[in-house]
Amino acid sequence: MAEVEETLKRIQSQKGVQAIIIVNAEGIPVKTTLDNSSTVQYAGLIHQLVMKARSTVRDIDPQNDLTFLRVRSKKNEIMIAPDKDYFLIVIQNPTE
Amino acid sequence: SCPKQKQHPEQKRKNAPGPAFLSHLPVTGHPDYIFPLVLTSATQELFCCRADVDVTGDEPHKLLRKEDILRDMKNRAAVSDFSPLKQAVLDYPEEELLLVFDQDFTYGQSFYLVLTAGAKEDILRPPPGMEEEEEEGDELLEVQKTPEPKPWLSLGSEREIQEESVTDTRPRVYKVSRVRRQFGAPVCFWDHSAGAMRGSYVECPSYQDKSFSLWRMEKENSVQAIPNTKSSSSQTLWKYPRNMCTQYEPRELEDEEKERLLQSADLKNFLNSVSARFELAIQQNEIMDVFLDDWRALGDEENVLGGKVDTHLKEYQSFTHTHYSTNKTISCLSWHPTVNGVIAVAVTENLSFEERINNSTRLLLNPSLILFWSFSDPINPQLLLECPDDIFCFEFCPSNPNIIAGGCMNGQVALWDISAHVDRLQGARGGGAARTSNADDTRDIAPPTVRYCAVSGVESGHRAPITDIQWLPETFEVSRTGTPLENKTLISVQIVTCAPDCCVMFWDLRAPRTVVNALTDTKPKPEEKTVENPYGVPSTFKHLDLTWKPLFRVHTHTHFSHSHSPSPTPPDKSVTVGDRPEPPDYGQLHLPSAKHQRQTDDISTKFYVGTEDGEVVYTDWKLEKDNDSGQLFSPKPTHCFRVHDCLVNTVSRSPFYLDIILTVGGWNFAIWKEGVMTGPLVLSACSQKRCSAGAWSLTRPGVMYIGKEDGNLEVWDLLEKTHEPSQIQSVTTFPITCIKPWTVSLKQQLLAVSDHQGTLHILQVPWMLRHPAANELSVSRYFEKEVEHLVYFEKRTEMREREKKQVEAEEQRRRMVRSSFSWWASLLDNICPKNICAGRN
Repeated sequence: MAEVEETLKRIQSQKGVQAIIIVNAEGIPVKTTLDNSSTVQYAGLIHQLVMKARSTVRDIDPQNDLTFLRVRSKKNEIMIAPDKDYFLIVIQNPTE
Repeated sequence: SCPKQKQHPEQKRKNAPGPAFLSHLPVTGHPDYIFPLVLTSATQELFCCRADVDVTGDEPHKLLRKEDILRDMKNRAAVSDFSPLKQAVLDYPEEELLLVFDQDFTYGQSFYLVLTAGAKEDILRPPPGMEEEEEEGDELLEVQKTPEPKPWLSLGSEREIQEESVTDTRPRVYKVSRVRRQFGAPVCFWDHSAGAMRGSYVECPSYQDKSFSLWRMEKENSVQAIPNTKSSSSQTLWKYPRNMCTQYEPRELEDEEKERLLQSADLKNFLNSVSARFELAIQQNEIMDVFLDDWRALGDEENVLGGKVDTHLKEYQSFTHTHYSTNKTISCLSWHPTVNGVIAVAVTENLSFEERINNSTRLLLNPSLILFWSFSDPINPQLLLECPDDIFCFEFCPSNPNIIAGGCMNGQVALWDISAHVDRLQGARGGGAARTSNADDTRDIAPPTVRYCAVSGVESGHRAPITDIQWLPETFEVSRTGTPLENKTLISVQIVTCAPDCCVMFWDLRAPRTVVNALTDTKPKPEEKTVENPYGVPSTFKHLDLTWKPLFRVHTHTHFSHSHSPSPTPPDKSVTVGDRPEPPDYGQLHLPSAKHQRQTDDISTKFYVGTEDGEVVYTDWKLEKDNDSGQLFSPKPTHCFRVHDCLVNTVSRSPFYLDIILTVGGWNFAIWKEGVMTGPLVLSACSQKRCSAGAWSLTRPGVMYIGKEDGNLEVWDLLEKTHEPSQIQSVTTFPITCIKPWTVSLKQQLLAVSDHQGTLHILQVPWMLRHPAANELSVSRYFEKEVEHLVYFEKRTEMREREKKQVEAEEQRRRMVRSSFSWWASLLDNICPKNICAGRN
């Protein structure tokens, strides 16, 4: 537990990081630093996006797999790392 | 009328034989070619056809010549017996007409005229062998009117009828009978098998008849192809109610579940493996923004086209009128708040006081005007407002741009209502193309003149020219004692004016409430007399005309020259444009009693006023009550700064920062921050020429325009340099009297500059000066820095004072020590030898 906290704190302390969300394989948030409604929204939408991206990568090459997804928008950047059971979502505002 | 029935066949025969064709006589009596007529004895003599003399029953025929008849008709016209026959006679082909003497009155008259030649022939020479028929015809002639029933003449129709009718061909064979009592009785039917009883039915099986087995060997057939269309429909049954939509909650894990997961080793491993990627990515972002287009970002700073950076204010248009504005100066100008492209200027005489007195008669004849210019017509003003006297300042009402309030030179406040002419103003600005057709007409027509519709009472107004006038914003209003109150009607109804008679007055547009108070109100209310309206002035402010008194006044000892509007509304009371109600009937509004209105505590009642002597005064307008006498008096000004050397001509708030104020006067200008009472934040260096006008830029917080006495317009940019203007441009050769910027659209910003000689110049602000640079926020930082600077300065002065005191004290002490030492030295000199003193020294 402490390790988990420590890792999260390390990421959180980076400059510009707005939120961190841990989501399980079904898209249900496990841990978040954002308010509940936004978390749920992010979790649902990003889950679908990751599924789509992953299937795309695997369709092209079945031996390949998605490791990291970065969505850059005008206001911020959303970084997602998928895994077998979980994904980690980090939202950062790169330019201050 | 039935003719007489004569039954004398002999006589019949003696008579002229009737014509054969008389058997089909119509009931009326005479065929068309016979015209029975009456001939008078005169006519008879004329034509020699006297009854029973010339013409008799034996010889009834007489031939008359057509010409004779015509002559007779001509001679005797209507009286002639032949007059009804005129046309028939004219049409008659032959020379002679037959006149027949009708002894028996067969046709109803004693004579008849035969109108056709054929008939004449027949009558004169009847065809032979017609005796019998004649007789029959005679008889028929006798009984023509009453036909008798004749026997039926069958023509074979009864056979047809017989064939069609239905009759029994044979006697009826079958008779079915029943016992009487069974009639109407209920009958019971039962099934009966047909095959059970033979003979109960007759069968007609089908068989193949050879006579009909013909095969058609050749057959003509045609085929048409059509698209196969089929229409069908079906209806489903709605068996049971079903949800159309569901509302769901997002799935969430229970807290214990979450805890468990967080504790799991699985998650730990995941995070450990994944966090490295994140850190890399995040740091990458921090190091450099890979998506930033440097080239584009660079371009935003300067002119996008890359050409020469243009900071010059271009002349867009200039307005002047030969008649209305020559030899006059423009004292004030204002853009119309809603109609685009319309600007109003107040034109005043350019004379000193003595000259005014000398020329007073001429001045009375030429009334002072406010001109409305529109961009579509640079030669003629669109509208003229007539003023009671020269106007030094005027403003449009912020909630109703049809109301204009102006302050006159004699201390009166005038009100105009231009609602009737708004269409003209609005049409003028856009209809340049449409008006070319009748351009000549419109040039000749003088612009309409609107007289002021209300003016304040001369005694109750100011005693000096009103130098500034402002409308209070529509979110609050002021009571009689100066306390700000909530404005329920959300329209601006109050005006503030100031004048060099040391007064700031608050005026209200609404009719004063007649306060019935037994103690104070001794004289009866004067009855309203109907006021004539000789000038056709709109009666919006009739209730105020000539009786308008200020709500209350603020007295100070200084002479005011300019003031600005009180602090603007706090943010929670902002009014959106859509909520603005219709301009009300001002006559119906009444001053509400102060009890009913809520006090608004968050409006500051302090304001800045500039004076004639160059002072800037910060004071409160709320009247205070003197505890001793119970009278209301205005408080003393809290702060008074003397920074300008001459009359302060502009006091204006920055449109970006609510507490930054610009004052212009004399040879310099100053920027103040409300709340900082130690001095101005920025005080410009004294320039060579006097500054005569100033304005903030509407889009750039650090830019202001200062107008000079020599007609130059200086652009000061606080971020660039503060010791001199960043740009100087010569606009005109006369002193500039007023500057007002206006944003037309995102791409265009105009600056209106008026000069002392009556010309209004409109300049276009270049992109550099209107486009806010990326670091405009630093303007606020600049001001904060200046405040700190002032604070530091103050502290430094204190410190210096202290230091000075210290140094003085030190000096004092040293002097004391030295003096005491010299005393000792002199004493010792007397006692001791010199060498000791030398050693001591």
